[in-house]
Amino acid sequence: MAIKVRIPTPLQKLTDKKAEVKCSGKTVIELIAILDKKYPGIKERLCDEKGNIRRFINIFVNEQDIRFLKGKNSKLKDGDDVSIIPAIAGG
Amino acid sequence: MFKLTDEQIERYSRQIILPEIGGKGQEKLLKAKVLIIGCGGLGSPCAFYLVAAGIGKIGLIDSDNVELNNLQRQILHSTRTVGIPKVESAKDILSNINPNIDIVVHKLRLTSENILSIIRNYDVIIDGSDNFPTRYLVNDACVLLKKPLIHAGILRFDGQATTIIPYKSPCYRCLFPAPPPPGTVPSCQEAGILGVVAGTLGLIQATEALKYILSVGELLIGKLLIFNALEMSFRTLKIQRDKKCPICGNKPTIKKLIDYEEFCQLRKNKT
Repeated sequence: MAIKVRIPTPLQKLTDKKAEVKCSGKTVIELIAILDKKYPGIKERLCDEKGNIRRFINIFVNEQDIRFLKGKNSKLKDGDDVSIIPAIAGG
Repeated sequence: MFKLTDEQIERYSRQIILPEIGGKGQEKLLKAKVLIIGCGGLGSPCAFYLVAAGIGKIGLIDSDNVELNNLQRQILHSTRTVGIPKVESAKDILSNINPNIDIVVHKLRLTSENILSIIRNYDVIIDGSDNFPTRYLVNDACVLLKKPLIHAGILRFDGQATTIIPYKSPCYRCLFPAPPPPGTVPSCQEAGILGVVAGTLGLIQATEALKYILSVGELLIGKLLIFNALEMSFRTLKIQRDKKCPICGNKPTIKKLIDYEEFCQLRKNKT
């Protein structure tokens, strides 16, 4: 099962400079765990010590913020489009 | 009500003929007061177009002086103005474009002490700052005073923008409840920025400000615009108000403004 994950620029050094990767997982947190096996270190950038998504990072599934779905336990299915959006402050 | 002068009718003729604007719309623009926070990569293009379009009063805030490394993207400034305060450099060029605009300069760094008394005087606030402490301070102050805030952030080839109408649309904290700890998100100084990305996002902010003042079109309310220059893609993500938002939620925990000074290590080292 393939889910498209868009990787933000600051994390692309962990994904061999790829802006988009294919991954799998039944939930967002499972997808992050599988992603971390392929690209070690990515989970630590996305989640805090307790395994919750960091507060300055948002994850969208098909353009919907997962915080208004079921958070990190939001369900995923084949063909979903996951975007990782960190806060950026530059001006 | 005031009547447009012949000079104004001639100067703004190309936008007055737009049915969405007309003489009435031009009068709204001439009566509007817009505050631009930061005369840098975002503030530069934004200020140029708002001054040209005839926004009656424009406030400019920046505490820095022009540096040579700013000129690659901060088009308000020039080689000639390196070393002088950014707000002065900006006022100089903007007054040449449109001498009829009231340009008010604030050479200062926004703090929890001074921000409310400044933004109180404006109808629309544009955040073109370059650091998280200011961004959170501006968001919180705009929520407290119910001022519309047009947000944009840029880094490398990426940009984000959204328009915040407090209590009506998600605020910056609804989106990102707390600023990142130092070192977790790189700044433009560390990670770089392509000048045209700043230009693109700064003009999106100017466009939102004009539409808000004119009450035309659809604003980026409840939407986060994501731009990537390499893909040349614009995507819009849906964002929602967070009932648990610490500043605009049902039970706000932030009752007074916070200076997140300690979060910004680079700036701390600089000063």
